[in-house]
Amino acid sequence: MLANIFGTSPVQPLVNHVHISYKCVRELDGFFGAVIKGDWDSAVEYRNRITGFEHEADDLKKEIRLHLPKSLFMPVPREDLLELLLVQDKMANRAKDVSGIVLGRKMHIPPVIAAEFQEFVKRNVDASKQARKSVRELDELFTSGFRGAEVSLVESLLEELDAIETDTDDRQAALRASLFEIENEIAPVDVMFLYRVIELIGEIADMAERVGRRLELLLSH
Amino acid sequence: MEAQYIYIGLAAAFGLFMAWGIGANDVANAMATSVGSKALTIKQAILVAAVFEFLGAVLAGGAVTSTIRKGIVDADLLVNSPELLIYGMLASLLAAGTWLFIASKNGWPVSTTHSIVGAIVGFAAVGIGIDAVQWEQVATIVVSWIVSPLTAGLIAFLIYLSVQRLILTQEDPLTQAKRYVPVYIFFAGFTITLVTLLKGLKHVGLDLSLTNSYLLATGIAVLIAIVGFIFIQRIEPDPKAEQKQHFHTVERVFAVLMVVTACGMAFAHGSNDVANAIGPLAAVISVARSGIVGSESALPIWVLVIGGGGIVVGLATYGRHVIATVGEKITQLTPSRGFAAELAAATTIVIASGTGIPISTTHTLVGAVLGVGLARGIEAIDLRVVGRIFVSWVVTIPAGAFLAIIFFFILKTVLP
Repeated sequence: MLANIFGTSPVQPLVNHVHISYKCVRELDGFFGAVIKGDWDSAVEYRNRITGFEHEADDLKKEIRLHLPKSLFMPVPREDLLELLLVQDKMANRAKDVSGIVLGRKMHIPPVIAAEFQEFVKRNVDASKQARKSVRELDELFTSGFRGAEVSLVESLLEELDAIETDTDDRQAALRASLFEIENEIAPVDVMFLYRVIELIGEIADMAERVGRRLELLLSH
Repeated sequence: MEAQYIYIGLAAAFGLFMAWGIGANDVANAMATSVGSKALTIKQAILVAAVFEFLGAVLAGGAVTSTIRKGIVDADLLVNSPELLIYGMLASLLAAGTWLFIASKNGWPVSTTHSIVGAIVGFAAVGIGIDAVQWEQVATIVVSWIVSPLTAGLIAFLIYLSVQRLILTQEDPLTQAKRYVPVYIFFAGFTITLVTLLKGLKHVGLDLSLTNSYLLATGIAVLIAIVGFIFIQRIEPDPKAEQKQHFHTVERVFAVLMVVTACGMAFAHGSNDVANAIGPLAAVISVARSGIVGSESALPIWVLVIGGGGIVVGLATYGRHVIATVGEKITQLTPSRGFAAELAAATTIVIASGTGIPISTTHTLVGAVLGVGLARGIEAIDLRVVGRIFVSWVVTIPAGAFLAIIFFFILKTVLP
């Protein structure tokens, strides 16, 4: 009977979820590498892995929600944890969406901006990795009651996350500018979709930053 | 005179069965915290439980046994019909055993203590008369059932808060843990030893003066703290595990402390819960032997030994499985949290044992765990289950009473 008063702790599942979500995003780097090279066979393989991880993240999300009933008494509001879960999941969703569009239209990345484009993708992957690193501190945060040295540690991780996100914003602006330079040479529909893809990739870092915001909210309780 | 052997034999059989049941089921709650937090292996836990449950039962179990035996029923009313007390106590043991069986079949969280007290009150009030119940004493017990989880919760809350302040929120938690954990060990050893010396040992025939008790308790506690200190100094950080969990090594320091509190918890459990099994047995024995109710004869030590032995057998035969199962489920109680809950519960229970009040060990522990939770220490507590525990708290008393009344009238007809 003593055992049953412990509800299923959401901490480890949340950490697992952000890990899967990150793994999903990470595949984008290889995916765009293949797309730039025009290697559609391996692009399809990357895309399959991305959808696989996205499904896995989705299933885990449902599972966590199921085990987080309203009757749980937790040190932090249940809503904040569910919100954290939601933005973690959105990182994976964006990776799936963007790879779907690129593959569906067999999009061609202009060689002039290819290197810059790949770097931009990498920085977004970095942002999601930093989000994972921050969420991994949840367990320690719960143990220390959301106070003291652990909080400062997480705050510094989140500052770094913000810095990465700002960097992706800058790169996004630069990439748009570079695309603008050459947009007359590309078919208008393709240009529109390139802008769209750049925007979607940039949203991954935005979501990672929102993961950070949610963690910050937990700290302030 | 034939009959008295039947009574004693029956009471011993029922009492042993109860003790076995306590060892098989109840002890799990007391020990699983240590197993769940990996402070002890199952084998070590069984060993610790066996030794300290037994010591607790024999050294400090006397006062609560006296209460169950003669504190609830007003024996003066039974001077002319001593056999009624025998039937009643047998019926109470049967009723509590039956109720516990039904409850555990259905997974209801009921308390051994509540069942037996409910049963005794039931048979006395209906079988003998409302006046036969010492209501004042019963009121004290019932109030203590509310107060004990609250007290344990408050103590656990304060202990865990101090752990967070002094150790977990500091820049270098490991150094802080190595510094403060021996102090916690001292307090754990001191409190439990002192209460036992002051309140419990009278029944064993040892009567120390107040000063001597304090000195002895301090001495024992210092000794335990030194041993703990030596073990703690040997703990070296494991960088690989540290990277995954910053508190990994800190928790290993707390695990040493938890070994001490686990001993305390087993001791406390033995001191309070053995009475549920052997209190009625002791009552039957004293009446059956002397034929007089309310005789002032002291509680024979061997009865306590039987109770302690029964618990150990239950533990060895069946309890290990229950400990393993429960232990797997309560991984949320890491040593730093588990020790706070155990120390708070053990202290509360030992004080109750010394005062002779039968309380529920498990409910006290649940209160302590909630206290740690209030200090924002536990990731998730299921309030529905806490609610269910409260409901079964209330239901158990009339259920035990009702069954005891039925058994009482059956026994009254059947037995000579």
